[in-house]
Amino acid sequence: MSRSRMAVGLAWFLLILSVGAFATSAQQSPDPTAPRRADGLAAWDQVHSVLIHPRCINCHTAVDYPQQGDERRRHYANVVRGPDGHGVPGLQCATCHQESNANSTGVPGRHNWHLAPLSMAWQDRNDKPLSSAAICRAITDRRTNHNMDGPALLKHNAEDTLVGWAWEPGRDIHGNARTVPPLSRAEFAEATRQWVEAGMPCPKL
Amino acid sequence: MAPATYELTVNGQKRSVTADPGTPLLWILRDELKLTGTKYGCGIAACGACTVHVGGVATRSCIVPVSLIGDRPIVTIEAVSQDPVGRAVQDAWVSHDVVQCGYCQSGQIMSAVALLKSNRKPTDKDIEQSMGGNICRCGTYVRIREAIKMAGGAQS
Amino acid sequence: MKPAQQISRRAFLAASGTAAGGLLVSLYFDRPLHAQQPAQNPRIYPPDAFIEIKPDGNIVIQVNRLEFGQGVQTALPMLLADEMDADWSQVVAELAPAADIYRDPMRGFQMVGGSGSIATSFQQYRELGARTRAMLVAAAAARWTVAPEQCRTEASVVRGPGGQAAKYAELATDAARISVPATVQLKKPADFRLIGKQVRRLDSRAKCDGSLKFGLDLDLPGMKVALVAHPPVFGARPKSVDDTAARSITGVANVFQIPTVSGGAAVAVVADKFWTAKQARDALKVEWDLTAVERPDSAALWATYRQLAGTPGNVAVTRGDRAALDALASGDRIVAEYEFPFLAHSPMEPLNTTVRFDEGRAEVWAGSQFQTVDQAAIAEVLGLKPEQVTFHTEMAGGGFGRRATADSHVQREAAEIAKRVPGTPIKVIWTREDDVQGGYYRPMHAHRVEVGVGRDGLPVAWRHVVVGQSIVAGTIFAGFMIKNGVDATAVEGVADTDYAIPNFHVSVHHPAPNVPVLWWRSVGHTHTAFVMETLIDELAARAKMDPIAYRRRLLNPDAKKLRAALDLMEEKSAPWRAKLARNHAAGIACHECFGTAVACAVDVSIENKRPRIHRATVAIDAGLVVNPLSVEAQCQGGLSFGVSQLMAKGAITLKDGRVEQSNFDAYTPPYIMDAPVAVDVHIVPSTENPTGCGEPPVPVISPAVVNALTKLTGKRYRTLPLLTV
Repeated sequence: MSRSRMAVGLAWFLLILSVGAFATSAQQSPDPTAPRRADGLAAWDQVHSVLIHPRCINCHTAVDYPQQGDERRRHYANVVRGPDGHGVPGLQCATCHQESNANSTGVPGRHNWHLAPLSMAWQDRNDKPLSSAAICRAITDRRTNHNMDGPALLKHNAEDTLVGWAWEPGRDIHGNARTVPPLSRAEFAEATRQWVEAGMPCPKL
Repeated sequence: MAPATYELTVNGQKRSVTADPGTPLLWILRDELKLTGTKYGCGIAACGACTVHVGGVATRSCIVPVSLIGDRPIVTIEAVSQDPVGRAVQDAWVSHDVVQCGYCQSGQIMSAVALLKSNRKPTDKDIEQSMGGNICRCGTYVRIREAIKMAGGAQS
Repeated sequence: MKPAQQISRRAFLAASGTAAGGLLVSLYFDRPLHAQQPAQNPRIYPPDAFIEIKPDGNIVIQVNRLEFGQGVQTALPMLLADEMDADWSQVVAELAPAADIYRDPMRGFQMVGGSGSIATSFQQYRELGARTRAMLVAAAAARWTVAPEQCRTEASVVRGPGGQAAKYAELATDAARISVPATVQLKKPADFRLIGKQVRRLDSRAKCDGSLKFGLDLDLPGMKVALVAHPPVFGARPKSVDDTAARSITGVANVFQIPTVSGGAAVAVVADKFWTAKQARDALKVEWDLTAVERPDSAALWATYRQLAGTPGNVAVTRGDRAALDALASGDRIVAEYEFPFLAHSPMEPLNTTVRFDEGRAEVWAGSQFQTVDQAAIAEVLGLKPEQVTFHTEMAGGGFGRRATADSHVQREAAEIAKRVPGTPIKVIWTREDDVQGGYYRPMHAHRVEVGVGRDGLPVAWRHVVVGQSIVAGTIFAGFMIKNGVDATAVEGVADTDYAIPNFHVSVHHPAPNVPVLWWRSVGHTHTAFVMETLIDELAARAKMDPIAYRRRLLNPDAKKLRAALDLMEEKSAPWRAKLARNHAAGIACHECFGTAVACAVDVSIENKRPRIHRATVAIDAGLVVNPLSVEAQCQGGLSFGVSQLMAKGAITLKDGRVEQSNFDAYTPPYIMDAPVAVDVHIVPSTENPTGCGEPPVPVISPAVVNALTKLTGKRYRTLPLLTV
């Protein structure tokens, strides 16, 4: 091989090396969004696990009625949503559900018992829970979530009275304590905070 | 649970009862106050026979413990005729020969009164939704629909 | 009639009492009974047992059977008051206590059922009214020294030829002294003032203002309430009972075991009031011995029933050539298998009975369909004679057959408890859970039908096997109603069909699982009419014939009532059937039972995957109709009740011996949106003897709806309830 060919080959080699080096250094330089997104998605998974628990999702329906029980069957006695989620005259939520749980008769209760609006549905019209991604999108869509931003969502999850019922759901008619979500309310609030701080990322699919 | 004393307002009167706090209002009305017009049909609020008005809201008394009533006034079937809507409903029920065995009708009437007090001209769908939680085994539903419309019309 | 002075009812009962368990004449309705002329019943009923004219002019009429919604407490007084020319505004109806004088004139015991009240007491109550009128007129005529024929009566007044007038109330004492006339003249229909007219119920207002008391509302001084913990599997008994917690509740008087009619035992809790008793019963820790009882299981039963349906059973009816079907090509045959679940009646007022037992006597308050039988049962438990048991008939919140039990099981429970707490009125209350799980269901049934179709599209051969428990086996009714191993109630509606099918063979198997069963409003017709009317519709479709025309072609020429009802239904429904909305279909069905024919057309669409019944047109031939308003109500109500059979959660099922449903959440009857929105009723004008109306509308609604659904979906529906559409 001639000296000029070796020089060209060396130049190519050095070029490739430097390109490679450049490429490598590009992957290793800090990306400010990446860890937050991963952490945020993990926090969302935690939040999501509470939202799809029956104590929460039973009232976040896409249909004209709530569900009840861990098996999430349609609420009996043909109760309906009504114009604003409080039932209809003669058959309002408050017709049965009082300000607090009635353990002697197995009826749950909390102040202002009512259905979440249709815009906050977390199920499809066959009463099947939506995907995690779909629920996340619904929760973060300011057009349909009553214009709640991150801090408002956190406040809702951490402090709202009716939301809090999920952790104090009382006993059913047989005296059995109703099941509660997989996280405590404090854990739920913390997961929400982390998710909000991470920019409320939603899973892609 | 130890019994407690409750000051209730029932049909405009102050009534004092001492009972186990978990006692459903239904059994306070029937067994303590001897107001048997409000009926026991199922005990799980599925049938509506126990419907009364508490604080102006139709309420299924079989599942509301007396301890959760507070000072909200209670109106039962025995006094609903004192309300013009109540009277109109009862009159329509009688003139349209709605009842058969009659056992569910106290509850039907209390539910119908709640509907008509809120909406004097309910549509078929309104009627069906508001009355949709009241069971009648004799099947007087057809006449209930018609009587509600009559009562609503009679109030003009 | 009784004069102003009160006659002691007790003295009256003592005078007329005979052994209540005495002769039961043919009780169940079959064709010969319906055809019977009322004049064949010659008994003269004494007015003073049925009518009391009060000084204020009120006329209190005793109704000889339970009122539980069907309207008998208005219709029977109408008969009497019309013949008596009483002022209807002063008529008051009372439910008569148990006494021989109040036995059903044709069935021979005090009862209500089989849609027979008007049929059996039509003549009786008219004659009572006519006799009373005659005695009042005779009293007035004597007072005025005129001939009775010269007097007229109108609205509780007798008027003499010379302008004299006397109110019935004024004449009552004198009239009571006049001997009850042997012969009596009844009005011609043209002179009816009440009979045949739309008359509103007498008990409406009191049922609308909370004042009318049902059995469950009874309150007596010193009364205690009892709840009974029944075994979870029929016939079982407790192995051990820990009642420590129960007894510690304030207000609990006693806890003890009582025998049950199914050979087991239950635990009774006696307390001061319902809520106490309920809490105490909930606090009982009972270990049940389930080893000695059969544990019926729906899945296992279905397997047995389906297998039995494929084999011939006890022959109910056979005519023509049994093998005719086998000779046909398979393409000319239809095989249809049907399944019907257990059904609970679930009247709105849960079962209850109050009994007070003292030395040598007892007093009972119950909304009973079978007073004679129940009175005798209570007497037996208490070691008394029936006439020592004063039995008050309370207004009942529905029944549908549930309050007509041959074994008087609820009454026996109450008596067993009262026996242990003498001197204290004991009110036994069944909770809704007790009711749904307590048995006495419409039995489950399987049918297997093979139909051979002729060239003309009509059935030439029909082989039908029915599988279902006998309702009356082991009861006092068995002797009358089971012949050749066939319980008539299982095959009625098929065996006696009015469709002219030449080669016709019906047989039945009666398995006997450990489930108490009972007649459910319209009894065998609940399932047989469904089979007949859906199969006939299928045959009509196959023959490409209009379903009404097909029935007309196939019905026996002498099926007069069915043809009349069919014609009238066709006429009245034609306008809307001709212009059905999009996605709507019309379904029709017709059936005769208890002597009455009903034809029905329904306008159905599918909404939210369920049948939506927009409208029903009903035509009914019940002979002469006493109160058309009442008949209209029974048709509307009967249709709505019949929808029970279609409800998605309208089945009682058992798993390993236990009933799976416990209340209306899992055993769900029709609510307002499940029932027809509108029902127009048309009565075939008739002067024939009246037949019944309480049950006849029930069987037609399910097949009519399903026939409409088949038009919409193309599917055949042979299993009830309708889980999917």
